[in-house]
Amino acid sequence: MSSPRIPGMATRVREIAGAGKIADVVAPLVAVLAAFLVGGLVVAAIGENPLTFYLTLFRGAFANADSIGLVLFNATPLIFAGLAVAFAFRAGLFNIGGEGQLYIGSFVCTWVALQMPGAPRVLLIPVLILASAAGGGLWAAIPGYLKARFGVHEVINTIMMNFIAVGLTSYLVVAVFKEAGQMTPQTATIPIAGELPRLAYFFQSLGVPLPAANPLNASFLIALAAVWLAWFILRRTTLGYEIRAVGHNASAAEYAGINVRRTLILAMLLSGAFAGLVATNEVMGFRHRFLDNFSSGIGFMGIAVALLGRNSPLGVLFAALLFGVLNTGALEVDLFTNVPRELILVVQAVTIILVVVGNEIVQRRRGRGATLAHRSEAAPIDQDGSAEVS
Amino acid sequence: MFELVVLDSALRMATPLILASLGGLFSERSGVVNIALEGILLTGAFASILATYYTGDPWVGVVAGIFAGMLVSLIHAAVTVIFKADQIVSGVAINLLAAGATQFLTWITWGSSSNSPPVVGMARWSLPESWGPVARGVNVFIGHYPPLVYVALVAVAVAHVVLWHTPFGLRLRATGEHPAAVDALGVSVRKMRFAGVLLSGALAGLGGAFLALNTHQFVKNMSAGRGYIALAAMIFGKWNPVGAALACLLFGYAEAVQMGLQGQQVPSQFVQMIPYVLTMIALVGVIGRARPPAALGKPY
Repeated sequence: MSSPRIPGMATRVREIAGAGKIADVVAPLVAVLAAFLVGGLVVAAIGENPLTFYLTLFRGAFANADSIGLVLFNATPLIFAGLAVAFAFRAGLFNIGGEGQLYIGSFVCTWVALQMPGAPRVLLIPVLILASAAGGGLWAAIPGYLKARFGVHEVINTIMMNFIAVGLTSYLVVAVFKEAGQMTPQTATIPIAGELPRLAYFFQSLGVPLPAANPLNASFLIALAAVWLAWFILRRTTLGYEIRAVGHNASAAEYAGINVRRTLILAMLLSGAFAGLVATNEVMGFRHRFLDNFSSGIGFMGIAVALLGRNSPLGVLFAALLFGVLNTGALEVDLFTNVPRELILVVQAVTIILVVVGNEIVQRRRGRGATLAHRSEAAPIDQDGSAEVS
Repeated sequence: MFELVVLDSALRMATPLILASLGGLFSERSGVVNIALEGILLTGAFASILATYYTGDPWVGVVAGIFAGMLVSLIHAAVTVIFKADQIVSGVAINLLAAGATQFLTWITWGSSSNSPPVVGMARWSLPESWGPVARGVNVFIGHYPPLVYVALVAVAVAHVVLWHTPFGLRLRATGEHPAAVDALGVSVRKMRFAGVLLSGALAGLGGAFLALNTHQFVKNMSAGRGYIALAAMIFGKWNPVGAALACLLFGYAEAVQMGLQGQQVPSQFVQMIPYVLTMIALVGVIGRARPPAALGKPY
């Protein structure tokens, strides 16, 4: 299905970006701008200057190398969480369980690290990356299996498993693995050999004045690699082809000889693996331990990021960077204006609603129906567990 | 574990869940998935405290909670029924919006991003003592719990009657099972779904009002996953009002026991997980198959 020639860079970027239609870029941009407008109106409504608000916001995100480093650091977990949602979505699955998967991934990562105190760096780092992915992946494979085997909708199960993951890790960290002599519900720190290096020294050697205290670490590079990997799997492998085929039309895929059940489970597994990789930033790169309840909704923001990025890996990257800018700028807004940073949450939520509605309008204009709407109809297996013929 | 105190608190814990899961029921029976229950609870909680704070009357707060819930569900209905956008995505976005907006408004109103000042709670129902021993006897029953607990229990019966013994209920259920048939009979699918989602908002908003008025203040993110538990209870109760209410009582009981267990030998986290694990088991069909409405999640 792929041409033997290596496509040019422009084609490639377009492929990574997904459909490559101008509307795919314009629609989210319009939604973002409209959401900014709504945010500005709210700021004006409480008697503050919207211009000052946005100037402060962007100053907070772009003032210097330090703040840009923070933007990238804040974007890193969102890239992983966004990829998780986008990847599953391509198989017609809605993985709402990124939050649970990243907790399990982070816990498994920490646990494995604590079991290998003397391991050398070259061994420990790859092992921990794999452990993070495996933890999140296996946790996500459960709802994948339940969907494939029993036809249970993955949305409900992933939501349930978010709560179970939070409860389970909370129990483990409080009752079993709590750091001795500490009140904080957290584990001991992982071996130094398992820590991902910060990027400050690397950037300093390039002449970029990124302070040593900046938390940006090598996990960001792993996130970039994950963006490429998600694209590569989806576009350049048989499995990716099968995943997209199942997502597009499960009955047709089944008829074409694709093992739909196996594809569903694998898609959830890989999706959860991306979510689990959040551990590379939160555990290996930043905290160096597992802290109870650390996430504060990264998994849910991943849904927003995937939507804004129109479920393409490159789109996820840009959407995560935008959210990174907003989250970083929010701190500055809190400090230097009379507008509470919670407004940023409102702007983000409005963005999503507008993106969703905008997507539908664009799809309808194109006259090929709403892909989002097709998702539910493409549910490949009905409640009796038999293949659905529609 | 079975002391009256625990059972008492179980019923109180279950009340917001019951109201929200009845809400979810009306929405899902019309064919619209309502993950926004979480956000609606939160908004209802905020609005009820805001109105009570300014009027001093918790009943005004209750009405405000209901209207705020309907307002939020109106967004959900517009996005999913008119624009036919994905129902789960819309729900997720609304939950984020509710979390952000209530915190923002808390800050605007009270200068704190975490909680409101305390407000007056709801007085218990009672007949005047001067009516004699009968009144006192009645008061033991109607004055034992906050009024909305009784409202929730009555709502379960009303929901059952409405869904199974009225033309409206029949149409609503039919819309969730086979919208094309409903359409062919000349009933507007769009109107039925709007009705289902708006009822859902009213009930979940009422649940939020109870949640907040029962603690006499608004605390940020005070819904704390109850919208999702309500959704789980609705599924566990097999999309039936009585089943959902019983599931809520079970989950409320788990919550009450868990609060009693804090700092004890049995890890409270495990008790906390019970509703979710039970729901997953129920969905697999071990305890009899839980079958959702056939057209659930499909725009029409």
